[in-house]
Amino acid sequence: MSTHHHHGADGHDHDHDHHHHDNHYSDMQARVRALETVLTEKGLIDPAALDAIVETYETRVGPRNGALVVARAWAESDFADWLKRDATAAIASMGFTGRQGEHMRAVFNTTETHNLVVCTLCSCYPWAVLGLPPVWYKAPAYRSRAVIDPRGVLAEFGVSLPETTKIRVWDSTAELRYLVVPERPEGTEGWTQEELADLVTRDSMIGTGLASSVKGRAP
Amino acid sequence: MSQCETSSPFTEAEGLPRSAEGDPVFAEPWQAQAFALTVHLHERGVFGWNEWAASLSREVHRPERARDGADYFDAWVAALSHLLAEKGVADQETVLALQHSWQRAAEATPHGSPIVLENDPLR
Repeated sequence: MSTHHHHGADGHDHDHDHHHHDNHYSDMQARVRALETVLTEKGLIDPAALDAIVETYETRVGPRNGALVVARAWAESDFADWLKRDATAAIASMGFTGRQGEHMRAVFNTTETHNLVVCTLCSCYPWAVLGLPPVWYKAPAYRSRAVIDPRGVLAEFGVSLPETTKIRVWDSTAELRYLVVPERPEGTEGWTQEELADLVTRDSMIGTGLASSVKGRAP
Repeated sequence: MSQCETSSPFTEAEGLPRSAEGDPVFAEPWQAQAFALTVHLHERGVFGWNEWAASLSREVHRPERARDGADYFDAWVAALSHLLAEKGVADQETVLALQHSWQRAAEATPHGSPIVLENDPLR
Protein backbone atom coordinates (compact mmCIF):
# COMPACT_ATOMS: atom_id res chain seq x y z
CA MET A 1 0.00 0.00 0.00
CA SER A 2 1.46 3.31 -0.94
CA THR A 3 1.03 6.07 1.55
CA HIS A 4 2.17 9.61 1.28
CA HIS A 5 4.53 10.89 3.86
CA HIS A 6 4.89 14.53 4.44
CA HIS A 7 7.60 15.84 6.61
CA GLY A 8 7.81 18.82 8.85
CA ALA A 9 9.76 21.93 8.14
CA ASP A 10 12.80 20.54 9.91
CA GLY A 11 12.98 17.80 7.28
CA HIS A 12 13.65 14.51 9.03
CA ASP A 13 14.30 12.84 5.72
CA HIS A 14 17.31 14.63 4.35
CA ASP A 15 19.74 13.88 7.15
CA HIS A 16 21.44 11.38 4.86
CA ASP A 17 22.61 14.08 2.49
CA HIS A 18 24.52 15.87 5.19
CA HIS A 19 28.21 15.37 5.75
CA HIS A 20 28.83 12.80 8.44
CA HIS A 21 29.54 13.92 11.93
CA ASP A 22 30.16 11.53 14.72
CA ASN A 23 26.92 12.55 16.34
CA HIS A 24 24.06 14.65 15.22
CA TYR A 25 21.00 16.02 16.97
CA SER A 26 18.00 16.99 14.87
CA ASP A 27 16.32 20.27 15.83
CA MET A 28 13.61 18.35 17.65
CA GLN A 29 16.01 16.12 19.56
CA ALA A 30 18.05 19.13 20.61
CA ARG A 31 14.94 21.16 21.51
CA VAL A 32 13.69 18.45 23.85
CA ARG A 33 17.10 18.13 25.48
CA ALA A 34 17.18 21.92 25.87
CA LEU A 35 13.79 21.92 27.59
CA GLU A 36 14.94 19.13 29.88
CA THR A 37 18.07 21.09 30.74
CA VAL A 38 16.12 24.21 31.72
CA LEU A 39 13.56 22.22 33.68
CA THR A 40 16.22 20.20 35.48
CA GLU A 41 18.09 23.37 36.45
CA LYS A 42 14.85 24.73 37.89
CA GLY A 43 14.24 21.52 39.80
CA LEU A 44 10.92 20.99 38.04
CA ILE A 45 11.52 17.48 36.82
CA ASP A 46 12.47 14.18 38.31
CA PRO A 47 14.24 12.03 35.67
CA ALA A 48 13.11 8.78 37.30
CA ALA A 49 9.48 9.89 37.10
CA LEU A 50 9.93 10.70 33.40
CA ASP A 51 11.28 7.23 32.71
CA ALA A 52 8.39 5.70 34.61
CA ILE A 53 5.86 7.61 32.50
CA VAL A 54 7.43 6.45 29.24
CA GLU A 55 7.60 2.87 30.48
CA THR A 56 3.98 2.94 31.60
CA TYR A 57 2.64 4.16 28.29
CA GLU A 58 4.93 2.04 26.14
CA THR A 59 4.27 -1.22 27.87
CA ARG A 60 1.63 -1.24 30.55
CA VAL A 61 -1.24 0.94 29.41
CA GLY A 62 -2.82 -0.11 26.19
CA PRO A 63 -6.09 -1.05 24.57
CA ARG A 64 -6.18 -4.29 26.55
CA ASN A 65 -7.49 -2.21 29.49
CA GLY A 66 -10.40 -0.97 27.44
CA ALA A 67 -11.00 -4.44 26.02
CA LEU A 68 -11.43 -5.77 29.55
CA VAL A 69 -13.95 -3.02 30.31
CA VAL A 70 -15.95 -3.85 27.18
CA ALA A 71 -15.82 -7.61 27.82
CA ARG A 72 -17.10 -7.09 31.34
CA ALA A 73 -19.94 -4.93 30.05
CA TRP A 74 -20.87 -7.67 27.60
CA ALA A 75 -20.81 -10.33 30.29
CA GLU A 76 -22.35 -8.48 33.25
CA SER A 77 -25.47 -6.44 32.66
CA ASP A 78 -25.12 -4.68 36.04
CA PHE A 79 -21.68 -3.50 35.05
CA ALA A 80 -22.98 -2.41 31.64
CA ASP A 81 -25.65 -0.31 33.37
CA TRP A 82 -23.07 1.28 35.64
CA LEU A 83 -20.81 1.96 32.66
CA LYS A 84 -23.71 3.67 30.88
CA ARG A 85 -24.58 5.76 33.92
CA ASP A 86 -21.16 6.66 35.25
CA ALA A 87 -18.32 5.44 33.06
CA THR A 88 -15.69 7.33 35.05
CA ALA A 89 -16.51 5.42 38.24
CA ALA A 90 -17.16 2.07 36.56
CA ILE A 91 -13.83 2.19 34.75
CA ALA A 92 -11.98 3.45 37.84
CA SER A 93 -13.36 0.46 39.75
CA MET A 94 -11.25 -1.72 37.46
CA GLY A 95 -8.15 0.27 38.32
CA PHE A 96 -7.98 2.36 35.17
CA THR A 97 -7.93 6.05 35.96
CA GLY A 98 -6.84 8.99 33.86
CA ARG A 99 -3.92 11.14 34.85
CA GLN A 100 -5.51 14.37 33.75
CA GLY A 101 -8.63 14.07 35.85
CA GLU A 102 -10.74 13.66 32.75
CA HIS A 103 -14.22 12.18 32.76
CA MET A 104 -15.16 9.16 30.72
CA ARG A 105 -18.33 8.42 28.87
CA ALA A 106 -19.11 5.03 27.34
CA VAL A 107 -21.21 5.03 24.18
CA PHE A 108 -22.83 1.75 23.20
CA ASN A 109 -23.21 0.60 19.61
CA THR A 110 -26.55 -0.90 18.66
CA THR A 111 -28.03 -2.05 15.37
CA GLU A 112 -29.58 1.43 15.08
CA THR A 113 -26.57 3.53 16.06
CA HIS A 114 -22.85 3.29 15.46
CA ASN A 115 -20.58 5.56 17.50
CA LEU A 116 -17.37 7.13 16.26
CA VAL A 117 -14.92 9.13 18.37
CA VAL A 118 -12.72 11.96 17.21
CA CYS A 119 -10.96 14.94 18.73
CA THR A 120 -11.24 17.89 16.41
CA LEU A 121 -9.46 20.15 18.91
CA CYS A 122 -6.20 18.24 19.13
CA SER A 123 -5.93 14.61 20.07
CA CYS A 124 -7.76 14.05 23.35
CA TYR A 125 -8.00 10.32 23.80
CA PRO A 126 -8.92 7.98 26.67
CA TRP A 127 -5.33 7.08 27.55
CA ALA A 128 -6.23 5.15 30.69
CA VAL A 129 -8.21 2.58 28.73
CA LEU A 130 -6.67 2.71 25.26
CA GLY A 131 -3.07 3.79 25.79
CA LEU A 132 -1.76 6.39 23.37
CA PRO A 133 -3.63 7.19 20.19
CA PRO A 134 -2.70 5.67 16.84
CA VAL A 135 -1.08 7.90 14.22
CA TRP A 136 -4.22 8.38 12.16
CA TYR A 137 -6.24 9.56 15.16
CA LYS A 138 -3.91 12.54 15.50
CA ALA A 139 -3.89 13.39 11.80
CA PRO A 140 -5.75 16.40 10.39
CA ALA A 141 -7.26 14.12 7.73
CA TYR A 142 -9.08 12.02 10.31
CA ARG A 143 -9.87 14.91 12.65
CA SER A 144 -11.65 16.85 9.93
CA ARG A 145 -13.17 14.08 7.86
CA ALA A 146 -14.63 12.05 10.71
CA VAL A 147 -17.05 14.89 11.30
CA ILE A 148 -17.82 15.81 7.70
CA ASP A 149 -17.99 12.32 6.22
CA PRO A 150 -18.07 9.63 8.91
CA ARG A 151 -19.49 7.00 6.58
CA GLY A 152 -16.69 7.58 4.07
CA VAL A 153 -14.08 7.37 6.83
CA LEU A 154 -15.60 4.12 8.10
CA ALA A 155 -15.55 2.71 4.57
CA GLU A 156 -11.83 3.43 4.42
CA PHE A 157 -11.39 1.40 7.57
CA GLY A 158 -13.28 -1.42 5.90
CA VAL A 159 -16.43 -0.91 7.92
CA SER A 160 -19.64 -0.70 5.92
CA LEU A 161 -22.81 -0.27 7.89
CA PRO A 162 -26.38 -0.64 6.69
CA GLU A 163 -27.83 2.63 5.36
CA THR A 164 -30.35 2.48 8.20
CA THR A 165 -27.64 2.57 10.87
CA LYS A 166 -27.15 6.08 12.18
CA ILE A 167 -23.61 7.23 12.85
CA ARG A 168 -23.01 9.45 15.85
CA VAL A 169 -19.73 11.29 16.05
CA TRP A 170 -18.44 12.24 19.49
CA ASP A 171 -15.91 15.04 19.77
CA SER A 172 -13.55 14.52 22.71
CA THR A 173 -12.34 17.34 24.90
CA ALA A 174 -9.69 17.73 27.54
CA GLU A 175 -12.37 17.04 30.18
CA LEU A 176 -14.46 14.35 28.54
CA ARG A 177 -13.25 11.29 26.63
CA TYR A 178 -15.30 8.58 25.01
CA LEU A 179 -15.07 4.82 24.91
CA VAL A 180 -17.11 3.01 22.28
CA VAL A 181 -18.62 -0.27 23.43
CA PRO A 182 -18.93 -2.31 20.24
CA GLU A 183 -21.66 -4.85 19.74
CA ARG A 184 -20.90 -8.29 21.11
CA PRO A 185 -20.17 -10.71 18.27
CA GLU A 186 -22.57 -13.57 17.67
CA GLY A 187 -21.63 -17.02 18.84
CA THR A 188 -19.83 -15.96 21.99
CA GLU A 189 -22.31 -17.24 24.55
CA GLY A 190 -20.58 -18.72 27.55
CA TRP A 191 -17.17 -17.20 26.74
CA THR A 192 -15.05 -15.97 29.64
CA GLN A 193 -14.35 -12.26 29.90
CA GLU A 194 -10.69 -12.88 29.02
CA GLU A 195 -11.75 -14.66 25.84
CA LEU A 196 -14.24 -11.95 24.99
CA ALA A 197 -11.59 -9.27 25.49
CA ASP A 198 -9.51 -10.87 22.74
CA LEU A 199 -12.24 -9.90 20.26
CA VAL A 200 -12.21 -6.23 21.27
CA THR A 201 -9.82 -4.37 18.99
CA ARG A 202 -8.51 -0.90 19.66
CA ASP A 203 -10.27 0.43 16.59
CA SER A 204 -13.58 -1.05 17.73
CA MET A 205 -13.36 1.10 20.87
CA ILE A 206 -12.75 4.24 18.80
CA GLY A 207 -15.52 3.27 16.41
CA THR A 208 -13.37 2.84 13.30
CA GLY A 209 -13.76 -0.92 13.60
CA LEU A 210 -16.09 -3.59 14.88
CA ALA A 211 -15.31 -6.30 17.39
CA SER A 212 -13.68 -9.26 15.66
CA SER A 213 -16.03 -11.94 14.46
CA VAL A 214 -15.59 -15.41 15.94
CA LYS A 215 -15.27 -17.21 12.60
CA GLY A 216 -12.15 -19.29 12.58
CA ARG A 217 -11.24 -18.78 16.21
CA ALA A 218 -11.85 -21.18 19.00
CA PRO A 219 -13.01 -19.79 22.29
CA MET B 1 -9.26 -10.53 11.51
CA SER B 2 -9.58 -6.87 12.32
CA GLN B 3 -11.44 -4.51 10.03
CA CYS B 4 -8.63 -2.05 9.67
CA GLU B 5 -6.49 -4.27 7.45
CA THR B 6 -8.62 -3.54 4.42
CA SER B 7 -7.25 -0.94 2.09
CA SER B 8 -9.07 0.77 -0.73
CA PRO B 9 -8.08 2.97 -3.65
CA PHE B 10 -9.95 5.75 -1.90
CA THR B 11 -7.72 5.34 1.15
CA GLU B 12 -4.63 5.81 -0.93
CA ALA B 13 -6.00 8.74 -2.85
CA GLU B 14 -6.98 10.57 0.29
CA GLY B 15 -3.93 9.55 2.28
CA LEU B 16 -5.70 8.76 5.52
CA PRO B 17 -2.79 7.55 7.60
CA ARG B 18 -2.97 4.03 8.92
CA SER B 19 -1.33 2.33 11.82
CA ALA B 20 -1.79 -1.28 12.75
CA GLU B 21 -2.79 -2.20 16.26
CA GLY B 22 0.24 -2.58 18.42
CA ASP B 23 2.43 -0.20 16.43
CA PRO B 24 4.97 1.57 18.60
CA VAL B 25 3.44 4.82 19.74
CA PHE B 26 6.68 6.76 19.60
CA ALA B 27 8.72 6.80 16.42
CA GLU B 28 11.81 8.23 18.14
CA PRO B 29 12.97 8.54 21.76
CA TRP B 30 12.66 12.35 21.80
CA GLN B 31 8.93 11.96 21.18
CA ALA B 32 8.59 9.74 24.25
CA GLN B 33 10.62 12.26 26.27
CA ALA B 34 8.49 15.18 25.13
CA PHE B 35 5.35 13.26 25.99
CA ALA B 36 6.63 12.27 29.43
CA LEU B 37 7.78 15.83 30.17
CA THR B 38 4.30 17.12 29.45
CA VAL B 39 2.51 14.55 31.60
CA HIS B 40 5.03 15.06 34.40
CA LEU B 41 4.86 18.87 34.38
CA HIS B 42 1.08 18.71 34.45
CA GLU B 43 1.17 16.34 37.40
CA ARG B 44 3.47 18.74 39.17
CA GLY B 45 0.98 21.53 38.63
CA VAL B 46 3.07 23.59 36.21
CA PHE B 47 0.06 23.88 33.89
CA GLY B 48 -3.51 22.66 33.67
CA TRP B 49 -4.54 20.05 31.15
CA ASN B 50 -6.95 22.50 29.52
CA GLU B 51 -4.11 24.94 29.01
CA TRP B 52 -2.09 22.15 27.46
CA ALA B 53 -4.91 21.06 25.15
CA ALA B 54 -5.40 24.65 23.99
CA SER B 55 -1.69 25.08 23.31
CA LEU B 56 -1.45 21.79 21.42
CA SER B 57 -4.58 22.62 19.47
CA ARG B 58 -3.07 25.90 18.30
CA GLU B 59 -0.01 24.07 17.01
CA VAL B 60 -1.75 21.16 15.29
CA HIS B 61 -4.10 23.55 13.51
CA ARG B 62 -1.35 25.48 11.78
CA PRO B 63 -1.97 25.28 8.03
CA GLU B 64 1.52 23.98 7.27
CA ARG B 65 1.01 20.81 9.34
CA ALA B 66 1.12 17.51 7.46
CA ARG B 67 -2.26 16.04 6.59
CA ASP B 68 -1.22 12.61 7.80
CA GLY B 69 -0.02 13.77 11.20
CA ALA B 70 3.62 12.85 10.46
CA ASP B 71 4.77 15.99 12.28
CA TYR B 72 2.43 15.59 15.23
CA PHE B 73 5.23 15.44 17.80
CA ASP B 74 6.89 18.47 16.22
CA ALA B 75 3.65 20.26 17.03
CA TRP B 76 3.72 18.73 20.50
CA VAL B 77 7.20 20.09 21.23
CA ALA B 78 6.30 23.52 19.83
CA ALA B 79 3.19 23.57 22.04
CA LEU B 80 5.21 22.64 25.10
CA SER B 81 7.85 25.29 24.34
CA HIS B 82 5.22 28.00 23.94
CA LEU B 83 3.33 27.02 27.07
CA LEU B 84 6.50 26.99 29.17
CA ALA B 85 7.43 30.40 27.75
CA GLU B 86 3.96 31.77 28.55
CA LYS B 87 4.24 30.40 32.07
CA GLY B 88 7.60 32.11 32.51
CA VAL B 89 9.26 28.75 33.12
CA ALA B 90 11.56 28.73 30.10
CA ASP B 91 11.91 31.69 27.77
CA GLN B 92 12.27 30.99 24.07
CA GLU B 93 15.73 32.59 23.70
CA THR B 94 17.21 30.49 26.49
CA VAL B 95 15.73 27.32 25.04
CA LEU B 96 16.90 28.13 21.52
CA ALA B 97 20.43 28.91 22.74
CA LEU B 98 20.51 25.63 24.66
CA GLN B 99 19.15 23.78 21.64
CA HIS B 100 22.06 25.03 19.53
CA SER B 101 24.45 24.28 22.34
CA TRP B 102 23.24 20.66 22.45
CA GLN B 103 23.63 20.39 18.68
CA ARG B 104 27.23 21.66 18.85
CA ALA B 105 27.89 19.32 21.76
CA ALA B 106 26.57 16.36 19.75
CA GLU B 107 28.78 17.18 16.77
CA ALA B 108 31.82 17.51 19.03
CA THR B 109 31.26 14.23 20.84
CA PRO B 110 33.06 11.22 19.41
CA HIS B 111 30.90 8.28 18.50
CA GLY B 112 30.39 5.94 21.42
CA SER B 113 30.77 8.57 24.13
CA PRO B 114 27.77 9.99 25.92
CA ILE B 115 26.71 13.38 24.64
CA VAL B 116 26.92 15.95 27.41
CA LEU B 117 26.33 19.67 27.24
CA GLU B 118 29.88 20.38 28.43
CA ASN B 119 31.14 19.06 25.07
CA ASP B 120 29.84 22.20 23.35
CA PRO B 121 33.08 23.96 22.30
CA LEU B 122 31.45 27.40 22.65
CA ARG B 123 30.26 26.80 26.14
